[in-house]
Amino acid sequence: MNWSWNVVYDVLPQMLEGLVITIQATLIGALVAYALGLILAILRMSKSRIISLSTYWISEFIRRTPLLVQLYFLFYVLPDLGIFLEPLAAGIIGLGLHFSTYTSEVFRAGIENVPTGQWEAAKSLNYRPYQTMRYVILPQAIPPMIPPLANYLITMFKETPLLSAITVVELFNAANIYSNSHYKYLEPMTLVGLFFLIVSVPSAYVAMWLERKYQRRYSRNS
Amino acid sequence: MDQVLEYTPIIIDGTITTIELTVASAIVALIISFVVGLSRFSRFVAVRVAAIVYLEFFRGTSAIVQMFFMFYVLPLLGVHLAPLLAGIIACGFNLGSYGSEVVRGAIQSVPRTQHEAATALNYTSYQKFRYILLPQAIPVMIPTFGNLLIELLKLTAVASLITISDLTFMAQIIRVQTALTLEPFVLIMVIYFVLASCLVAITDFIAKKISKGRNLTIRKGI
Repeated sequence: MNWSWNVVYDVLPQMLEGLVITIQATLIGALVAYALGLILAILRMSKSRIISLSTYWISEFIRRTPLLVQLYFLFYVLPDLGIFLEPLAAGIIGLGLHFSTYTSEVFRAGIENVPTGQWEAAKSLNYRPYQTMRYVILPQAIPPMIPPLANYLITMFKETPLLSAITVVELFNAANIYSNSHYKYLEPMTLVGLFFLIVSVPSAYVAMWLERKYQRRYSRNS
Repeated sequence: MDQVLEYTPIIIDGTITTIELTVASAIVALIISFVVGLSRFSRFVAVRVAAIVYLEFFRGTSAIVQMFFMFYVLPLLGVHLAPLLAGIIACGFNLGSYGSEVVRGAIQSVPRTQHEAATALNYTSYQKFRYILLPQAIPVMIPTFGNLLIELLKLTAVASLITISDLTFMAQIIRVQTALTLEPFVLIMVIYFVLASCLVAITDFIAKKISKGRNLTIRKGI
């Protein structure tokens, strides 16, 4: 089995098109995951036991079942119930929903780690709930959240090849389609692996740098 | 639902395959976690670098890409793996990279003075790890290993894409043969949830057992 550069030149344009889809899915999926995660975190901290417990079990159910099966669910079951989604839209919703259960823990931990004294101080200064959140709690809660949220962004990027199972032509699927029609597996599959390494190794180091940066500042303040 | 019940035997087969795959790759992952994690403390630069390369390679690329690589590319290079074996190796090697970071982190979390005490007592490095560091580090690893075990269970669903007849694969068969969508997917999601909940219960039990009578604060993971 010899490496052929002709195959590389042949497959590269299609893979770059796939890469655009991968990046779209990652970024929009991450936005969904962050927004939904925040909502889940707030619901989880609700004073009503019914709301907080049902949020807990719904998140646990989503977290304990495979993303692939959830994607199949969105792709095959929803049309039968009368909801038609584009494959990419189904994939983004699936990714966002799955990882929102992870990000919600980050949000919850971040908010709960703000000392109770801060809440009490805001109360004694007669701050309204909005002011308490905007000026007291969130400025302290957000910086420690940034590194784990960045890590989940990288994780989501690495999960996007699953979208190929519901016919989204992203980076991996572009290579796979080429492989299957030309019966060339070595070059496309190696290239996909390389693409992922090139993106995720440096971003992992960025995430680690963020972690050190915010940890230091956090410990200095406290 | 009656139609789905006719498929009970293959659902049971699929569940057994999923469990086998999970257990076998968990053992592979556990061995790799310790070998690679402990290699990070080696006095030889080459060993440390090899461990980091392994870690970045398997953590930086997607599990599905690794699986396809093993299934389609390795045969071209003359290495023929049965699908189940390819699945076990891919899942085990992938999770092993995450596990090695858990091992490394837990050993580093043992206070410095313990490392120094071992040196002061003239312990060999085998004795240091065997009697001082590992007994204190292992209880710290358990909760995170529990989380990784769930990730592993979910990862096995991806193995259905390389023709391993696990639960997800069986659900697809039922979908194709009966044109039902809601029932098979809900059914396997519930099975995955039950399996994952059993894993959670087992790790919680081990964590409680191992921390009993020791002055340890075990943090619940993500």
